[in-house]
Amino acid sequence: MKALFWRDLKLAVASGGGVWLTCVFFAILVVMIPFGVGSERGVLVRIAPGVIWVAALLATFLSLDRIFASDAEDGSLEVLAQSPLPLEALTLIKALAHWITTCVPLVVIAPILGAMLGMPFVSLGPLVLSLLLGTPALSAIGTFGAALVLFVARGGMLLSILVLPFAFPTLIFGTTAITSVLSGSGEMTPFLMLAGISLGSVGLMPFASSAVLRFGLR
Amino acid sequence: MMVDLGKYAGDVFAAYAITLTALAGLVLWSYAQAKRAKSKLASLEAEAKDAS
Amino acid sequence: MNFWQFANPTVFMSWSGKLLPWAWLTALASLAVALVWGFFFTPDDFRMGSTVKIIYIHVPAAMMAINAWLMMFVASLIWFIRRHHVSALAAKAAAPIGLVMTLIAIATGAIWGKPMWGTYWAWDPRLTSFLILCFFFVGYIALWEALESSDVAADLTSVLCLVGSVFALLSRYAVQFWNQGLHQGTSVPVATGERTVDDVFFAPLALAMLGFGLLFIALVLTRTRTELRLRRARALEARQRMRLEQSV
Repeated sequence: MKALFWRDLKLAVASGGGVWLTCVFFAILVVMIPFGVGSERGVLVRIAPGVIWVAALLATFLSLDRIFASDAEDGSLEVLAQSPLPLEALTLIKALAHWITTCVPLVVIAPILGAMLGMPFVSLGPLVLSLLLGTPALSAIGTFGAALVLFVARGGMLLSILVLPFAFPTLIFGTTAITSVLSGSGEMTPFLMLAGISLGSVGLMPFASSAVLRFGLR
Repeated sequence: MMVDLGKYAGDVFAAYAITLTALAGLVLWSYAQAKRAKSKLASLEAEAKDAS
Repeated sequence: MNFWQFANPTVFMSWSGKLLPWAWLTALASLAVALVWGFFFTPDDFRMGSTVKIIYIHVPAAMMAINAWLMMFVASLIWFIRRHHVSALAAKAAAPIGLVMTLIAIATGAIWGKPMWGTYWAWDPRLTSFLILCFFFVGYIALWEALESSDVAADLTSVLCLVGSVFALLSRYAVQFWNQGLHQGTSVPVATGERTVDDVFFAPLALAMLGFGLLFIALVLTRTRTELRLRRARALEARQRMRLEQSV
C-alpha cells in the first residue's frame, strides 16, 4: 500500500512537471481576474475568496484525468485490481496522492494570490484553512469522476460536467467560511461543514469509485 | 371566450406557450423514437425468423 | 405472483402495453381540463393579478422535476441491487423528462419573477437549487450518451445517480445556508395540511399536478418500452453478426 502511494507520488511529480503546471494554471486564472473586472481594490477584496476558490476548483479538476489514465493504458490498473489490495484502498490512495500533488501546492500559493487581490492579512489564515479543509473532498469527488470517464472514449469535457455540480457544497461553504471571518461574525459553521463534507467524501467516495472501477473492468 | 389577463397577459401567455411547446416536443420526440424502435425491431425479428 | 415478475422485460412489455393507452388518455385529459380551467376559469389574485395563473404549470413542473430524480434514484437502487434491466432503462427514460420539467420550472419561474420580483433571475435558494438539479440531470444524460455498452452504462450511471443524490441534497442545504431568498415558502404543505393557497386556486392546481404526474408516467412507460425494444434489437443484431461470422 505504501509502495503504491510512493509510486503514484513519484509518477505525478515525474510526469512532465504536472505539479507545476497546475500551480501555474491556478495562478494565471487568479491573475486574470483583475484584468477582467478592473483593479478597484474594494471590488477585488470582496470577490477574492470566491475567485480563489473557483480557480482552485478548476485547477484541481483539470488534473483529474491523470489519476487513472496512465495506469489504464499500460494495463497496470487491471493488475492492481486483481491484487489482494482492495480496490477501495487503491482509490483512496489515488485520491490522497492527487490531493498531495495538486491541492497542497495550491494551498501553499493561495495566500500569495490572496494578498495580491488585496485580502487583509487576517483573512489569509482562514483562506488557507478553508482550502485545506475543503480540497480533500474535491480530490475524493474527482477520483470518482475520473473512474467514471475512464470507460468513455473522449472523456475530458464530460469529466468536468459530471464532477463540477458535485463541488457546489464545497464551494459554498469554502467561500462563506472566509467571508464570515472577513465580516467579523466569526462563525464556525462553514468550517465545520467543510470538514464534514471532506471527511464524508474521503470516507465514502472510495467505495463509489471502486464500485465504478469494478463494474467497468468486468 | 377570451379572458382578460390585464397587464400581465404577455407574461402568462409566454409561460403557457413555452410549457406547452416543451411538453409537446417531449411527447412527439418520445413518440417518434418509439415508432422508430418498433419498426427497427420488427424488421430485425423478421430477418431472424428468416435466417432460422 | 411475485412482485418482481413485473420487472421481467417480457412481462413488462405486456402489462405496460395494456396500460399505455389509458395512461396517455388520462394524462392528456386531466392536463387539458386542468390547464383550460386554470387559464380561463380562475379569478386573478388580488396581489399578483393574472400572473397567478402561471402556478398551474410552474408548481407541477417543479414537483415532477424532483419526482423524476427521485424515481431515477429508486430505479438506480433497484438496478444496483437486483439488476433488473427494466429498472435501469426506466431510469434512463426518466432523465430527459426530468430535465425538461426542470427547464419548464425555471423558465416559467423566470417569467413569473419579472412582474412580481422585478427580475427574471435572482440568486435565490430555490432557483439556484433547481439550476444545480438541472446540471445533475445533464451530467447523468451525458454519461448515458457517452457509454456504448448498455450494461456498463447502466452500472456507472446508477452509481452516478446514487452518489449524485447525496450531493444534490447537500447542495440544497448549502444553498439555503448561502442565501436566504425571495421565494415564498411551499404553497402546498402536504404534511401540515394547512394551505396558503385558496381553494379557488387549489382545485385546478391539484388537477394539474395529477395531470403532470400521469403525463410523466405515460412518458416513462413509452420511453422505457422504446429502450427495451432497442436493447432487444441490439441483441438480435449481435446474434446476426455472429451467425455471419460463423458462416464465413
